[in-house]
Amino acid sequence: MAEVLVLVEHVDGAPKKVTFELLTLARSLGEPAAVFVGNGADNAKDKLAEYGATKIYVAGDGELDGYLVAPKAEVLAQVVQQSSPAAVLIPSTPEGKEVAGRLAVKLDSGVITDAVGVEDGFVAKQSIFGGAFTVSSKVSKGTPIITVRPNSTAPETAPAQPTEEQVSVSLSDAAKKAKVLDRVTEKKGGRPELTEASIVVSGGRGLGEGSNFSLIEKLADTLGAAVGASRAATDAGWYPHTNQVGQTGKTVSPQLYMAIGISGAIQHRAGMQTSKTIVAINKDPEAPIFELVDFGVVGDLFNVVPQLTEEIEKRKS
Amino acid sequence: MNIVVCVKQVPDTWAEKKLSPDDKTVDRESVDGVMNELDEYAVEEALRIKEAQGGEVTVLSMGPDKSVETIRKALSMGADKAVHLVDPALHGSDALATSYALAQALGTIEHDLVLLGVEATDARMSVVAAMLAERLGAAQLTFARKVEVGDGTVRVERLTDSGYDVVEGSTPAVVSVVEKINEPRYPSFKGIMAAKKKPLTTLTVADAGIEADKVGLGGSATEVADVTARPPKQAGQIVKDEGDGGAKLAEFLAQQKFV
Repeated sequence: MAEVLVLVEHVDGAPKKVTFELLTLARSLGEPAAVFVGNGADNAKDKLAEYGATKIYVAGDGELDGYLVAPKAEVLAQVVQQSSPAAVLIPSTPEGKEVAGRLAVKLDSGVITDAVGVEDGFVAKQSIFGGAFTVSSKVSKGTPIITVRPNSTAPETAPAQPTEEQVSVSLSDAAKKAKVLDRVTEKKGGRPELTEASIVVSGGRGLGEGSNFSLIEKLADTLGAAVGASRAATDAGWYPHTNQVGQTGKTVSPQLYMAIGISGAIQHRAGMQTSKTIVAINKDPEAPIFELVDFGVVGDLFNVVPQLTEEIEKRKS
Repeated sequence: MNIVVCVKQVPDTWAEKKLSPDDKTVDRESVDGVMNELDEYAVEEALRIKEAQGGEVTVLSMGPDKSVETIRKALSMGADKAVHLVDPALHGSDALATSYALAQALGTIEHDLVLLGVEATDARMSVVAAMLAERLGAAQLTFARKVEVGDGTVRVERLTDSGYDVVEGSTPAVVSVVEKINEPRYPSFKGIMAAKKKPLTTLTVADAGIEADKVGLGGSATEVADVTARPPKQAGQIVKDEGDGGAKLAEFLAQQKFV
């Protein structure tokens, strides 16, 4: 069986959950082979083996971390040329998509982004226009390069004994054009990342003012959830723009999405419609969000949310 | 500093978008077109850099005839001139083909900086800026929430999931900007009048030296096999809060094993 390359997304060697999802997906399509770029490969190997990587390509030169995006595309291009894989799977994160784009140019191959599934023959499933259509696409030229959204596959362990191969890369001058001078982490609370979280609790215009986001945060924390916000809320300055879910913000696809005080305009739906279970609280029974929900409460969020939070806490204890 | 801003006309952000049944491309006829919202930030950023440093701002747009509306808007905001890459051969181009066509067109325009919005609200891939940097051999400075232009260098704050990266490169560079980097200006009446007289060059595939078999539906490296409209979602359970709405929702979440 041909290899299916998976680009490892990691922080200092600790792979992100999406990497395990992609290895699980790759297993259904071929031989999953992980490609690790940057520092910290030793921290990652056991986990990559646990999720079924039969081979790990390691490009561990510290220099690779010093430049933006391009080095990862060069490493992948080199591995593709050497191992002729059946396809390359990359996490559909902002950076992952850029790596995929550059790789596509290098290989003169087709690239498909934001897949929510990949089936036999590398047919990618995408959900477009706010979930209004499901599209099946294929790469018709070169090695298929597909970026897959976090939370698209349930990660399953399948312990393997991977072989390891060092990849030495001498970066081209073109790959060194954008130098990373500093990586700054901004206040990072204890909450999971929006795009990776299994549960997202989002607040919107119905909250009335920014300070009321504390209700959303409290509910999110009882569920171990990430906090999202509608565009109305971020435009009003109630919550940081980085938390915006929607067409011009982030796209999330969690197991559970809770829309609180959000009417559900197309702008918002485009960012959350592929969530597995959707619930909403809104005082307007006509709000379009109710067309999407598995469970909805028509009522005043200022009554419903505190009661909900209290009930969840009770059930947990 | 000579800047090219790439802008795209897209179906109105707030409209229900459709695909053409015959070739499965975005239906651009049945809905109003607008300038891709994120490109407005790129135009504004280009104008601010020009106002601070001098130079010229050229708008570049690839798209059908209708895209002239979007080009005029960028000109009325204050861009100096425009290039419209328009040719039936380009219809249906995927990202690989689009980046090739734009790179060829950029080859006809003198530039130190290429600015784009971080994604188009129709395709939402956000790969074209990176692909252009790769094709042009230029510095990729993307997802910028702040742009500082020095003497032959450009430094940006690149938005990341956990904060931001400070990234620097020399010109020529390709910069994509995120929403909220600035507050785009509205075209003034004077600007709208002036835009009508600004130079607008039309480029065909042949003019830009684009090989026609590398673009369009036929020249693309991806193909859409099938499109299915979402089946109507089964109506969920809706309850009216009678003082126990929160408890009922908690019960539902418990049944679904979220609690």
